[in-house]
Amino acid sequence: MIHFDNVTKTYANQSRPALENVNLDVEKGEFVFLVGPSGSGKSTFLRLILREERPTDGRIYVAGKDLARLTNWKVPYLRRRIGCVFQDFRLLPNKNVYHNVAFALQVIGKPRRFIRKVVPEVIDLVGLEGKHDRMPDELSGGEQQRVAVARAFVNRPMILLADEPTGNIDPATSIGIMKVLDRINRTGTTVVMATHDAAIVDSMRKRVIELEYGKVVRDQSRGVYGQAY
Amino acid sequence: MRAQFVLQEVWTGLRRNLTMTIALVVVVAISLALLGTGLLFVKQVDNTRTYWQGKVQLSIYLCTTTSVSPQCHQNGPATQAEKNQIAADLRALPQVEKVYYESQAQAYQHFRQDFSRDPSFTNLVTRSEIPDSFQVKLRNTEADFNIVAGTVQGRPGVDQIVNDSSILAKFYKLLDGARNAVVIIAIVLIIAAVLLVANTIRLSAFNRRRETAIMRLVGASNFYVQLPFLVEGIIAGLFGWLIAAGLLIAVKQLGLDTLQQYFPYNIQLSAADLVEVILLAMVMGVLLCGLTSFVTLRRYLRA
Repeated sequence: MIHFDNVTKTYANQSRPALENVNLDVEKGEFVFLVGPSGSGKSTFLRLILREERPTDGRIYVAGKDLARLTNWKVPYLRRRIGCVFQDFRLLPNKNVYHNVAFALQVIGKPRRFIRKVVPEVIDLVGLEGKHDRMPDELSGGEQQRVAVARAFVNRPMILLADEPTGNIDPATSIGIMKVLDRINRTGTTVVMATHDAAIVDSMRKRVIELEYGKVVRDQSRGVYGQAY
Repeated sequence: MRAQFVLQEVWTGLRRNLTMTIALVVVVAISLALLGTGLLFVKQVDNTRTYWQGKVQLSIYLCTTTSVSPQCHQNGPATQAEKNQIAADLRALPQVEKVYYESQAQAYQHFRQDFSRDPSFTNLVTRSEIPDSFQVKLRNTEADFNIVAGTVQGRPGVDQIVNDSSILAKFYKLLDGARNAVVIIAIVLIIAAVLLVANTIRLSAFNRRRETAIMRLVGASNFYVQLPFLVEGIIAGLFGWLIAAGLLIAVKQLGLDTLQQYFPYNIQLSAADLVEVILLAMVMGVLLCGLTSFVTLRRYLRA
């Protein structure tokens, strides 16, 4: 599903690469934690998958596509197969729960009938049934993140990328979010989650990839957050 | 394509920076109206030219009993024999297309008609004071005037030879000057409008950066991301054009048509001329706003 072939990314004006000679494979349906200190290259990794950045060196394949050969106008079609969740939710403050989720389908031109059918299903899936009309500022952080997850998943992407999705949420609520992500993973969606949350990583017992200074220092199936610590 | 969704986004965008939108509409309206006015002037001048090209181009006024020029004083009023000779000579010239004799009675009638708005003036002038004349239509006014005028100049019975086109030239010059001024102002305003469109769209893009970011993230095509802004610009352009259309109708009805009343001839622009100019203004407005927002967004939303 995701294949990194000797990928190096050096940002302009920086001598040290953000990622250096990364080789890894993520299979379809896997759940992967991406761990490592700030600045270790987790976000760069995710941005490369989305093709928000291009690698300085090496090849990246996502969903069978060679990103280097993907023309600019085809990038949106790649992104339709990837869902994204962020630490800061990134909801539209002037739209309610339903319209925030529907927005993701509207802007890719899905028919209204389809939207009306699918959006409530996904809102139910993330556990927000009956809260369609709430505005984001009327929701708790955990609920807002559920909306964000619903929006990321509503188009049934093959891959779900989550960049510290529990970073702004208390531990108890985080467990709820993780359950939602796990549920999504069980539908066959590949989930890649960058996190600092040791408790979550330890409890889930999924594959863990650890980055340090842009290098993969550990890749462990059913791993924990930090064996070295 | 979800038309309703796009229009909703557009409406939100226009409402959010209402002041800029209004400024934009006004500037577009004024610049389009001025541009259209320039075009109307061009058409007016063209029409006037064609009108006069089909008319007399050379008037040879004859001496009468009341003529005051020293020439007429010396030779006395034109006799019938002199008139016949002049007419025959004129007709013999290859440069002359048509010669038409206007008697004093006819001339008087025309005079009364042309100055009908000023009865105190027409009442002062008697029939015998209006000279009879030969109205000559030339094949080529510019080139042939001197040749034709030369053959009859100074003959007994000939008073004055007037080149009608030289009188009109002054009028054309006036209209041309007015047109140039209007077009220059219009161009300056169009530049202002382009900058204002760019600014408004940039502001709109900034206001909607959240939406735009999410659209890109969930894989909306570039076209879909840009569409609301494009439609926004075009709608503002259309509103501006509507106002401009109203102004142009006013310019024609109250300006150009009223101006015509001060001339003895009446060459009004047709409704078709006005419609043509207004449609041209619409194309200009839509292109101006559409292209500007497109180019602005290219730079602003680049991946």
